[in-house]
Order: sequence, then structure tokens, then C-alpha cells
Amino acid sequence: MSRADRPTRRTFAPYAFLAPFFLPFVLFTLLPVGYAFWQSLHKTARTGGTFGRTHSVFSGFEQYADVVREPFFADSVLRVGLFALVQIPVMLLFALVLALLLDSAVARLKRFFRLVYFVPYGIPGVVAALMWASLYDPRLSPITALLESAGIRADLLGPHLVLWSIGNVVTWTYTGYNMLILYSALQALPADIEEAARVDGASGWTTALRIKVPLIRPALVLTGVFSIIGTLQLFTEPQVFRSISTSVTSTYTPNLAAYSLTAGDDYGGAAALSVLLATVTFVLSFAFLRLTNRRQG
Amino acid sequence: MSLLTRTEGAHATRGVRTGRASTGAAVAFMTLAACYMLLPVYWLLVSATKSQGDLVDTPGLRPAHWHFGANLAALFRQQDGVFARWLLNSLLYAGAGAAVATALAAAAGYALAKYRFRGRELLFSVILGGVLVPATALALPLFLMFAEVDATNTFWSVFLPSVVSPFGVYLSRVFAAASVPDEVIEAARMDGAGELRIFTGIGLRMMSPALVTVFLFQFVVIWNNFLLPLVMLQDDDLYPVTLGLYTWQTQTSRLPVLQTLTIVGALVSVVPIVLTFLLLQRYWRAGLSAGAVK
Repeated sequence: MSRADRPTRRTFAPYAFLAPFFLPFVLFTLLPVGYAFWQSLHKTARTGGTFGRTHSVFSGFEQYADVVREPFFADSVLRVGLFALVQIPVMLLFALVLALLLDSAVARLKRFFRLVYFVPYGIPGVVAALMWASLYDPRLSPITALLESAGIRADLLGPHLVLWSIGNVVTWTYTGYNMLILYSALQALPADIEEAARVDGASGWTTALRIKVPLIRPALVLTGVFSIIGTLQLFTEPQVFRSISTSVTSTYTPNLAAYSLTAGDDYGGAAALSVLLATVTFVLSFAFLRLTNRRQG
Repeated sequence: MSLLTRTEGAHATRGVRTGRASTGAAVAFMTLAACYMLLPVYWLLVSATKSQGDLVDTPGLRPAHWHFGANLAALFRQQDGVFARWLLNSLLYAGAGAAVATALAAAAGYALAKYRFRGRELLFSVILGGVLVPATALALPLFLMFAEVDATNTFWSVFLPSVVSPFGVYLSRVFAAASVPDEVIEAARMDGAGELRIFTGIGLRMMSPALVTVFLFQFVVIWNNFLLPLVMLQDDDLYPVTLGLYTWQTQTSRLPVLQTLTIVGALVSVVPIVLTFLLLQRYWRAGLSAGAVK
């Protein structure tokens, strides 16, 4: 190799290292997003009767208007909104308490509990939903049996409770994951903060609530936004529950609705719904990034 | 997200010395939480050992007659052993997919961390944007695209999209910046090594403990993937195990025996992921602390 060609090699090297990632990234991430957008702006029309050739006609935002006007749209959005309002705070509070307890626990207990809390995250959503579905099943359920012995009759798969039964599955699956993020943030705090608080006579709980929690705010925002994204995209759990509960309809969540539109060959409508969902998700994620960057900077 | 990269070991000994009563309450709460996390797992273990009759007739959390062997045999006999096929498919999708994803992410992350070049920040922003695009929002347009080229219902329609891991690139960039010193790269250049050789011989080797984390994350993501295969695949020979179990579950009202098989199958399907975690745990820990020590 001559000395002269080295700089050229070095100029090309980073692009050569990036290309193997970038090609599939463009094909399987950027292009689908663009394609869905294009598809959402076009309607399929047929010429020459039912079996004629299809071609697409530009329709602007007409399909968005169609989708938004569908009765299922408001229902599924409200349902997911209600779910988010209740499930996310419950889960994050649970994860935060566990993280704070772990942060101040004895080392040996710490390792054991951390592992146990993380177990559900490794279990596929389908399997988690299957397990809990059986635990809720009135014929098999130890939970309903327990409630009944206490004089409570609860149909965990009925129209009133099934949303919260699903909420429990989601909480069970992701509490450990969120706990790990919060716990890592707590561990990254300098040790002398705690020292100083103790010298000032603050109790463990005061230190946790007044000092540690405000300091890990960025991590809390992060888990919050991850949870919002997850909730907007809710699919696997309700889809599995559909096979055991008639209360879960094919348009139960926006994502389920998009799936059933596809199954019904309404690709344009499905695309419009997907783009709407992705946009809302993206806007919220971006808002989070801005928020945390401002905190750090 | 960088929070995930620095954990363990930074503060080995820390603990608030509080009163005995509150310590007791804390341990009690943590134990209760642990019971909650393990309850479904315990139920799965117990139920997998029951016959179909006992499953319906005996209390859910109490063991009945040991029927595990027979259940297992039935599981692998059902539909000419399609379950083994699903397991293999999942291993192939998740194992090979995560391996390729890790290799691509490592090279890209290394380039972003170790070279200054035109468009670097722009490319990185676009990739970060990719992290924010939810996988479920991609599944439907991906289906339409694969349909255009007549490639739905193929192995590749599920495999190819899973080799892209923007989050892996992000982590790799963090790891490369933390664990591959510029001086080492310079020294290798002085010795006349080519850029590719430096990456494979030095960069990859120094990043490898951390890359286990990228591999594990992607492995779990692909193994747990449900919507994409559900949308893409019709032929059950191509199903990953999650989709296979789901289709059995939907048929239990017609074929009650599938209920036992779904439960045993769910237990078996969790084994590979647990094994992967345990086998790679040591490297994984090393990877997580790499950022913290540096």
C-alpha cells in the first residue's frame, strides 16, 4: 500500500462500515414508513367492474378523515387513553418503589430480587398473555376461586374488567424492565448525596422522595414515554385475549383496528391509521427527547 | 437510553441503615412483589405436569398426578412434530437474525464513534429516529411492500426486517467510544494495517463483551415478535414458536387437548431464552459495566 492512497481509504472506510447497516435500514425502516404514507394518500379504484384492473388514485387526506369518522376510532382511542391514565402510573410507581428498595437493600438480596423482577420481561408477550388468560379463565382460575371464597364474584374476562386484566398482564411484563432503568439511574447517583442527607438527619424515605426521585427525573420521563409508546401500540395482549373473551373486539385498540382493516383488504385505511399512530408516537417520543435534553443541558 | 449501559458495580456497597421495622416492611414488600412476578411462572410449571382432565378439575396452583412426560411426548407428536419445527424456526429467526443485526450494528456504531466524516451527525440522527419508530407501526407497511414483490409468506419476509437494529447501532456507538482507544487505532495504522483489518482485529475484539448486550436485546426482541410473523406468514411450517402457540390457543374451543399442549409448549418455549440469558450472563454483565469502568 502506498502512502498516498491512505487518506482516500480512510475517507471511504466509514461509509463502507455504515453501508451494510444502512441498506437494510433504508429498505425495512425508512421505506415502509414512506410507503405507508404514500399508500394512505391514495385510494384503490377499479376500472371495468369487480374483477377489473386496480389502480390508485390520489385522494389526499380523505382516508384519514374516513378512519377518524369510523365509530371504532373514538372508542379504541378513548380505551387506550383510559388504559394509559391508570396502568402507566400504577406500573411506574410500582417500578419506582422496587428500584428505591433495591437501591437501599443488602447486596445479596439485591441480586436475587433484581433477577426475579426481570424474569417476566424475558417471557414473550404471547406466552405471558396465554399464562394470565388461563389464570383468569373462570373454569381454571385460582384468582376467581380466591375472590369467591372472600365473597366477591368477578368475571375477569367480562366487559367491565377485561381491560384491567390486560393492564395487569402489561404491568407484570414491564415493571421489571422499567425498574431496571430507574435502578440504573439510582446507582449512577454519587454516593455522597446519601451520606450528606444522613448527616443532615434525613430518614431513608425522605432521602428517597426529596432527593433521589427528583435527581432521576430524566429516567422517569424515559420510562413514562416508553410506556406511552407501548400503550399506543398495544396489540399482542388484546389479540391473544380475543380468543378467550368476547369482550375484546377486533377494533379494541387502534393497532388491532389497523390489523383488522388489513385483514379486510382495506390497505389504505390501515395505512392511514398506522401513519396516524406512528406520528402520535413519534411526536410524543420527540417531546420526551426535548424534555430530557433540556434537563441535562 | 444510555442509562442502560452503565449499571452494575459502580457502587458496590451502599445501603441506608434504617430501623429494623422498616427493613422488615421493605423485605416483606419485595417478597410479595417477587411472588407476584413468579406466580404465573409457578402456575405454568404446575400446569405443565397435569393431564387435560386434571387441568380442568383440580385447583390451578396445586399439583395433581404427574403427567409431564406424556404431555411432552404429545407436544412433539402433535401435527407430525410441528412444534419442534417452530422452535427451530424461532432459533433461526432470533439466533441468526440477532447475530447479523449485531454485526451490522457493530460496524455502523464503530464508524460513527471512530471516524469524523461528512454527514456523520445527520446519519446518526436518522438512525436515532429509527429507534423511535415502533416495530408494530412497521409491520403493516412491510407486509404491503413484501406483497408488491410477492415475497410474503417466506422465511425472508420475517428474517430480513429483524436484522435492522437502530438501538443496537446506538449502543455500539457508545461501546466503541468507551472501549476502543484512538491511540490503539493510530498505532495499528502506523504499522500499516488496513481499516477493515483494524476493525475486525482490534475494534471488534475490544467491543465484543459489550456486543453481547446488543445480541441479547435483539434476540429477545425477535423471539418475542408476534405481529410481523402474524401478518406475513400463512404457512405454519414457517411459524416462530410464539405464533404457533397463539394459533393453538385460538383452536382450544374446538380441540380441548390443545390447551394442555399450549401450556407445555409455552413452558418449553421459554427454556431457550432462559438458557441464552444464563449462558451469556457473564459476558452481558461485563458489557454493561464496560461503560461504567472506563
